[in-house]
Amino acid sequence: MINTATQFLLSHPLIFATIKILIVFNVMSAVLMYIVYMERKVLAFMQARLGPMRVGPWGVLQALADPIKLMLKEDIVPSGADRTLFLLAPVISVAAAFTVFSAIPFTSSFIISDINIGILFILAVSSLGIYGIILGGWASNSHYPLLGALRSAAQLVSYEVAGGMAIVGVLLISNSLSLRDIVVKQQQMGVWNVFIQPVGFFVYLVAAIAETNRSPFDLPEAESELTAGFHTEYSGFRFSLFFMAEYTAMILVSCIAVTLFWGGWLRPFSSYHRFDFLDYTPIAVLLAAAVAIVLGARKNQVPMEKLVLFGIAAAFVLLAFGLAVPVVTAAIQGIFWFSAKVFVFLYAFIWYRGTFPRYRYDQLMNLGWRVMIPLGLANVIATAVLSYVLTSHTASAAASMIMTR
Amino acid sequence: MIPISWYLYLGTGLFTIGVIGVLTRRNVIIILMSIELILNAVNINLVAFSQMFHNVDGQVFAIFVITDAAAEAAVGLGLIIALFRNKETVNADEIDLLKW
Amino acid sequence: MSGISLPQITFLALSAMALVSGVLVITRRNAIHSVICLIVTLFSVAGIFLLTHAEFLFAVQIILYVGGIMVLFLFVIMLVNLDVAAKQAQFSSHWLVAALTAGALTAELVYGIYLGRAEFKASQPVIFPAPAPVTNTQAIAVGLFQTYTLPVEIASLLLLVAMVGAVVMAKRKFE
Repeated sequence: MINTATQFLLSHPLIFATIKILIVFNVMSAVLMYIVYMERKVLAFMQARLGPMRVGPWGVLQALADPIKLMLKEDIVPSGADRTLFLLAPVISVAAAFTVFSAIPFTSSFIISDINIGILFILAVSSLGIYGIILGGWASNSHYPLLGALRSAAQLVSYEVAGGMAIVGVLLISNSLSLRDIVVKQQQMGVWNVFIQPVGFFVYLVAAIAETNRSPFDLPEAESELTAGFHTEYSGFRFSLFFMAEYTAMILVSCIAVTLFWGGWLRPFSSYHRFDFLDYTPIAVLLAAAVAIVLGARKNQVPMEKLVLFGIAAAFVLLAFGLAVPVVTAAIQGIFWFSAKVFVFLYAFIWYRGTFPRYRYDQLMNLGWRVMIPLGLANVIATAVLSYVLTSHTASAAASMIMTR
Repeated sequence: MIPISWYLYLGTGLFTIGVIGVLTRRNVIIILMSIELILNAVNINLVAFSQMFHNVDGQVFAIFVITDAAAEAAVGLGLIIALFRNKETVNADEIDLLKW
Repeated sequence: MSGISLPQITFLALSAMALVSGVLVITRRNAIHSVICLIVTLFSVAGIFLLTHAEFLFAVQIILYVGGIMVLFLFVIMLVNLDVAAKQAQFSSHWLVAALTAGALTAELVYGIYLGRAEFKASQPVIFPAPAPVTNTQAIAVGLFQTYTLPVEIASLLLLVAMVGAVVMAKRKFE
């Protein structure tokens, strides 16, 4: 009877989709908390300091302490602020950021909904995050947020065009708007799109950094410039919503960049069976992590923490043995490679924050309109011409066509 | 199956609301927004007939309507900014300098 | 007549949302609230496009209309100080004549649709000439770039003219 109940539940489309949505939402929220921690630690190590160290071993529980602190803070709404819009703005930002996850293929079989206009849907919904910024800046009834909001919105709109051009280059190769088809096409071609479209990837990367208001394009929200820009007047839980929206957008553009350009869930050299030993990389990573935890936990003074850390290392080793079963190894490949690539991108985002100085606003807009958009356009034209010449006609037929015009 | 006349009724309703907005409101920006409502009503009609005849031309025309709406909104808003800079008002019936 | 099937219920819900927020657009005192209501209307219209399987148009409506034109409206409203305008009379003095005219127009349109409601039936699907486009996007692409290439070029010229014109008009003249 339980079997038929689960059969019924899993076959009903809405219920299965709801389960997938719950999984993605919860996993993304957990990843989000730890991205914040990772950013603080990585930035700290780049700046020759240690970062959070007190709350838990190596400050790991800081990610739990920060949300609790933000939730317990006093809820301030500025007088003269448009109350409805003030409350609505962070909700729009977070909702727009989380909704886009419904079109992203995490593995070859796990996608919440495989829309056949996937790329357009992603472009459309991620452009709705602008409203959270504009309305938040306007509803604060104060000039710094308004200026920051308008600048940020203008920046986002400009770099959306550049990002769209970069995506068109990928579409010309994949002949489909569905994200799953784009990754499958990369698998069939045997090479990832970044090696065919390096200029497109570069334009998309710059556009993605500008879209998420990250360094070096974070002038509208930098503390030293506009006193935190559009979220100046926000505190407590609403500020944490804006914060969440920004980091979710960061994860999101990383996922999109990985899907479009870096092969999604594909293993490196997935079409070549000589490299099948790479299938054991998850096990190697888990064992390396266990060794690193043991080596780091030896110096820990608190006995309770030492015990917990050794327990976690032991759990990792057991998990590695569990993964060695061939069925599980094959099943874990998709999500492992996808997460690894997204992790590399997120690390790169933090790296840029620690490395590059900030662009001034007019330099930023100049870069967007006069460098990135022409570069994207040139990429589209070159890709179109090359894909026409190289696939449907031989070179000599194309040459004869040109000469007889 | 949704009867096509329902789409037409909805288009008529939105069109009427847009026409009332254009004719009665004084704020020029609201008038522009009512024009957008009218254009959306037209788009609904086009898409409804595109589904009725199973021909994609209606949707192609709707794309052109959206493109036109974007161009017209940009020019109209530029006009409003230039107007506001000169006369400090956005009310349509105060912009009557042609009659002395 | 009432919504028996889920598509009909969805259509009625979306059209109710569109009409209600449409009325709110033209009656709000605060221009920003009007813009938010117009955004809700545009979303409902996009939903109706999706109901008729016009998925490319659904995405284009959200990207262009909601993500582009409405952002432009918001920018202009924020740059133009509308606090004074919000305290003045909102509706012009000849609203009664306008309402009667609009009412007459509506009555004519509704009567026309009501008379012909039996004719609006979905016809047999047209057999596309081979190779048949498979998805809605491909069909629109064939329409845009093969059948209606000239209007596409004209529309791009129109956009160029509008862009240059808007920049020229809104620029501050340096005396």
